[in-house]
Amino acid sequence: MTEAKNIVKMLGIAKSFPGVVALEDVDFSLRAGEIHALMGENGAGKSTLIKVLTGVEQPDQGTIELDGKLVQVRSPQHSQELGISTVYQEVNLCTNISVAENIMLGHEPYRFGSIHWRKLNELAQRAVNRLNIDIDVTQPLENYSVAIQQMVAITRALEVLSAKVLILDEPTSSLDMHETNLLFDLMRKLKNEGIGIIFITHFLAQVYQIADRITVLRNGKLVGTYETSSLPRVELVAKMLGRSLTELDALSKEKSHEEEKKDKQHLVEAKGLGRTGSLKPVDLELSASEVLGIAGSLGSGRTELAGLIFGIDTPNHGSLIVGGEKVNTFSPLESLKRGIALCPEDRKAEGIVGDLTIRENIILALQARYGWFKFLSMQKQSEIAKKYIQLLGIVTPSPEQLVRNLSGGNQQKVILARWLATNPKVLILDEPTRGIDVGAKTEIQKLVVQLAEEGKSCVFISSELEEVLRVSDRIAVLRDRTKVAEYSGNVDDQTLIHTMAGEL
Amino acid sequence: MKQTSVLKRISESRLLWPLVAWIIILIFDAIVEPGFFELGIIDDPVYGKHLYGNLVDIFNNGAPLMLVAIGMTLVIATGGIDLSVGAVIAISAAMGAVLINPALGNQLITNDILTKNATNTPLPLIILADLAAGTLCGLWNGLLVSRAKIQPMVATLILMVAGRGIAQLITNGQIMTIYYTPYFWFGNGYILGLPVSIYIVAVVLLLAWLLVRKTAIGLFIESVGINAKSTYYSGINEQNVKLLAYMFCGFCGAIAGLILSSYVHSADGNNNGLNYELDAILAVVMGGTLMTGGRFSLFASVIGAVVIWTFTVTVYSLGVPANALLAAKAVLVLVVILLYSDYTRRWINRFFERRGPQHGTTN
Repeated sequence: MTEAKNIVKMLGIAKSFPGVVALEDVDFSLRAGEIHALMGENGAGKSTLIKVLTGVEQPDQGTIELDGKLVQVRSPQHSQELGISTVYQEVNLCTNISVAENIMLGHEPYRFGSIHWRKLNELAQRAVNRLNIDIDVTQPLENYSVAIQQMVAITRALEVLSAKVLILDEPTSSLDMHETNLLFDLMRKLKNEGIGIIFITHFLAQVYQIADRITVLRNGKLVGTYETSSLPRVELVAKMLGRSLTELDALSKEKSHEEEKKDKQHLVEAKGLGRTGSLKPVDLELSASEVLGIAGSLGSGRTELAGLIFGIDTPNHGSLIVGGEKVNTFSPLESLKRGIALCPEDRKAEGIVGDLTIRENIILALQARYGWFKFLSMQKQSEIAKKYIQLLGIVTPSPEQLVRNLSGGNQQKVILARWLATNPKVLILDEPTRGIDVGAKTEIQKLVVQLAEEGKSCVFISSELEEVLRVSDRIAVLRDRTKVAEYSGNVDDQTLIHTMAGEL
Repeated sequence: MKQTSVLKRISESRLLWPLVAWIIILIFDAIVEPGFFELGIIDDPVYGKHLYGNLVDIFNNGAPLMLVAIGMTLVIATGGIDLSVGAVIAISAAMGAVLINPALGNQLITNDILTKNATNTPLPLIILADLAAGTLCGLWNGLLVSRAKIQPMVATLILMVAGRGIAQLITNGQIMTIYYTPYFWFGNGYILGLPVSIYIVAVVLLLAWLLVRKTAIGLFIESVGINAKSTYYSGINEQNVKLLAYMFCGFCGAIAGLILSSYVHSADGNNNGLNYELDAILAVVMGGTLMTGGRFSLFASVIGAVVIWTFTVTVYSLGVPANALLAAKAVLVLVVILLYSDYTRRWINRFFERRGPQHGTTN
């Protein structure tokens, strides 16, 4: 076997936290010049493994070898010194200082006791040029997109900290297609230079686009390491979930049944609805018992559209008609009373109330409708919470757990439960499956289809075309802050992609 | 198993730390000054038989701070702060004094009129005006914070500065002495041998507790304090929740002003309730409510206020001069902040974790 040499070799890694076994006898190896995808559902042990490798956590058992030498990674700083760098989902840089300063931070060249700015900029520019990133390093970092910011972080990791191992944790979750491709080009270039890259993502398609090998973890245990070419996608998902994917197929069939109904009544009608600076006029109808998919990349106006229908912003042209009546006052509370619900895009900032319990989070919107003085009794609250925990399969030992401590998928379910408890007619879901694991993703998709079957009108907004196609009866495409097309649910993904890109 | 869960509940309770602090100070008092806990019954010519002693004083004199701490708890729980309560106390006191003044509306004020122990304004109206003035101040703060979106610290700083001026305007720039016996009852009277102010605190605490725990308001306040945006997206009018908290804080400040001016028989725009906002914030912090907002306990804040007053009385009884009190208080603040820091907490938790299993086996 002509195996390239391993730059990282982790053997028999075990780590437990009070009450939880996070990792159990996990082996992991990374070769020089490969992109290695680390896959698993939330809670599978991916982040613990990375934390052990980067010295955030010390393993209870097991050994780590770097370049064939046994090492003990004592701290994150120590791991950087050993040549391991991590670039996180949320970029860890200072956006208000220049790109060059960010790259050279802590390694500034000095002359006569003060920073040698010209040299600093030169060094930084040379570093980005070497990685084929075409930017002006004297500009503040905030002038560039998140994708570029991530590349700057990578530049810093490689050129200044001279990393040999690069860990990319969900780097693409806030990037659009074009930006993702830019990042992938860079990753390929680094790979050819012999850098080992660990790539963590929830996007299966991207794994197949770029990864050489895949390591799958499940419940803290190693399922296996595979060559990407020898592992079909369905099998990968099955390995992550520990079960087969017939459920997904069943879902598509359920949907095709739905297609029949035609005589629908409009629950919501938007006529030329828009707001200067955020959304150009849009016409849209929502009917009972259907899922309207909204496809569009970041910044296409999809979140703004959801915000206008739900009353977060007040539109300044066009009209919104809900249940036959024209809407005049826009606020979440009014929408709630009209039977419109929104699961917002940014789960942490706009969705959950982290330090409240699951029970309190679930009853929040219902209580908002009841007002200040008609307080739901503790017993009633518990009943509602328990009902939805069971219904949506929220994994928690008790409704009294803090929502903060749940995984992303379970948090999303709590927000869904919050709105379902108010029994809405229209449910708008903005990126409901972002950053959550495959199992929970499937469950949420299923739930959306089910809710539509029960007569609700669902709006499903997502960056992942695959899932929009899977759940939607109709699909509206947004581009450049307005609606550009509407298709029936059986449109093919190529047409959608071209419409989103503006070629149709 | 059950034992550990009870232990855990106690150690997680917000009441634990302020209670521990209080007990430590009381133990210190018991050692240093054996007579500290002596209680006696005195037969007062005006107010009849009643209890007296250091403990009674702590609760009687500490009552205004406890009231302010109750209001401050709600404001801090929404993620805000109210620096103006001290000034609100002064405004409320001035309001009471000026309404009691029997010469109200007359051009000629003679010493004769002022000292004749009478008023032309009915007492209920005086109280009502007091409370209304305080609540109005709270409304002002609340509007600035919730509607004008001014940072709470800046918004309430305005009234903190302006309030004392307003109080002076009300009393015409004078320290106004009050000569009206019925009014003195609030700060000096006794019911069943215990100071009236203790009952007032108990009633306000009960009302506040009912208001926040038997309605959804407490949940909404905590939710706003933890994540205002999520709360708004859930259909809760977060602006009104904040407004209510500031109004209630002003209301509490008004009652405190009433008791204080009644206790000292005068209204002094410059000194009534001076530094009360800072003591109240300290009491709330001691009660375990985070300055960033969220979970709160009214009872824990009140105990925090009791701790501060016990400490004050202790320092006085040690013979520390009044003007050195602030320095002594700084030590208390330092200890509290260190005790509540994440670092110390972690250290304590680790200590207990290590000891935990051994306790289990010896039991």
